[in-house]
Amino acid sequence: MKKTAKRVIPGFGLSLGITLTMLSIIVIIPLISLVIYTLKLSPKEIIDTITNARVMSSFKVSILTAFIASIVNLIMGVVLAWVLVRYDFPLKVILNGIIELPFALPTAVAGIALTSLTTDNGLIGKFFAKFGIEIAYTKAGITIALIFVGIPFVVRAVQPVLEKLDGSYEEAAQTMGASRFTAFRRIILPEIFPAAITGFGLAFGRCIGEYGSVVFIAGNMPYKTEITPLIIMSKLQEYNYSQATAIALVLLIFSFIILFVISLVQHRNAKILKGG
Amino acid sequence: MNKKRIINITLSIALTAVVSLGTFTSCGKAAASNVSGKDGKITLTNVSYDPTRELYANYNKAFAKHWKEEKGTDIEITQSHGGSGKQALEVANGLEADVVTLALEYDVNAVRDAGLIEDGWVSEFDNDSAPYTSTIVFLVRKGNPKNIHDWDDLVKDDIGIITPNPKTSGGARWNYLAAWAYADKQNGGDEQKDKEFIKKLYQNVLVLDSGARGATTTFVENGQGDVLLAWENEAYLSIQDHPDEYEIITPSVSILAQPSVAIVDKVVDERGTREAATEYLQYLYSDEGQLQATISTDLQTKRFSKNIKTLLI
Repeated sequence: MKKTAKRVIPGFGLSLGITLTMLSIIVIIPLISLVIYTLKLSPKEIIDTITNARVMSSFKVSILTAFIASIVNLIMGVVLAWVLVRYDFPLKVILNGIIELPFALPTAVAGIALTSLTTDNGLIGKFFAKFGIEIAYTKAGITIALIFVGIPFVVRAVQPVLEKLDGSYEEAAQTMGASRFTAFRRIILPEIFPAAITGFGLAFGRCIGEYGSVVFIAGNMPYKTEITPLIIMSKLQEYNYSQATAIALVLLIFSFIILFVISLVQHRNAKILKGG
Repeated sequence: MNKKRIINITLSIALTAVVSLGTFTSCGKAAASNVSGKDGKITLTNVSYDPTRELYANYNKAFAKHWKEEKGTDIEITQSHGGSGKQALEVANGLEADVVTLALEYDVNAVRDAGLIEDGWVSEFDNDSAPYTSTIVFLVRKGNPKNIHDWDDLVKDDIGIITPNPKTSGGARWNYLAAWAYADKQNGGDEQKDKEFIKKLYQNVLVLDSGARGATTTFVENGQGDVLLAWENEAYLSIQDHPDEYEIITPSVSILAQPSVAIVDKVVDERGTREAATEYLQYLYSDEGQLQATISTDLQTKRFSKNIKTLLI
């Protein structure tokens, strides 16, 4: 019995084969090795490693700061994308290019620059220090570094969707008496929402594992500003691979859950949009 | 399964393999040609830790000159710096280093445990394979506004300390040990009290950078804290760069930090660089090598600092 009819686009078998092989080599095999290293510990040891008070507080710091940074990026990213798509102004091309700098810049460079700006005698930090607000070496500092690292994800996810959005829908809404805000909320937002959420998810995933830029600005104080990737690094310095991978696995699972939930939301959203 | 399918599967695996292998080997080769010698020119890779940047930058030049005079061939030394533990890990994981010059014996032992360095490396060179030593001192702001003179001043309430993270930095472990040594002396060996002292001290720490150089940057460039616990050479470097802004305080008790050097036996045997690597480390003990270690720290070679009751561990 022949199961499938011939596909319209040729080369399915070959390209799927390449995809699977490539994914295995680059993604799946390294991930499995993570699990294998972790399983060198007994279940009790794994639980002890993960529930260690210092590790737990680092999870809190990492997840909290990554979440806040991604929320900020979600909002600001949409605004940035909006400005870049909807308006024409001088130097727009340059501004558009600057968005991608956080991708290109080595994260350590970004971390050092942000730190020297935000310490209490740095350019920006000086101003805030007058009000008794400290940025560098606090969770606020970590969040700022993460906002920096995560912003391109949201902007670049939303931009193409906005570009494709037909202006006539908005005009139609407005002729039918919708206020500008209603038009934005009912017409534009549903269109860009899935893209923005994708950007949020990507930024969040990146932020939760970010090490290079954060270690410089974090202060790395246990229980206060110690991020999980630093704990992983210190486990490695102690030549303690298994514990390091156990902690890394927790982060990975967390990121995976977030990305999974996001794709569920999107799936539902797509159904609604299709009228299903 | 039909024949076409099998062809497809084989073809896709083969294609991916060819593409990825091609990339890997071309990258690999590029890296390898950096270290393997051509035209009689020898290259060595020295994997070191953070505060030795200046030392080896100078020393490598002096050594290249010495080698040329002795052997008549050129020698090129590639340096790598970073946190000591991380560097050891990279060598253990396959970074091709001919010699390691790390902060702690413990880190060199990690490379040994990976099977790359033979047992007994400690006695391969003089002074327990520690050609230069340093100690831990306090760097304070000019005029010593917080009146810091010894370790017990550090646990006072209003003191902000900058020291790197002993979990991630080799140098920081010496700081930790020096503080412990002081406490142990004060408390007459009461370990519980020692722990309390260390706890109090680390509660005063404002920023725990991941490496020694990072901590110096935090204290000097970013102006954080009242006192930096630093290697003596690192502290002198800061004084050199900012002569009117800092002072060095030598505490009553410190530690003789013995950063270790070792030949990575497995690598030098594979690459045939044992002779050069041995000479490279041996030359560190020569007058010229000691001078370089001195110039780069602006210090006289103090194997035992006069005003510090050095504590051997």
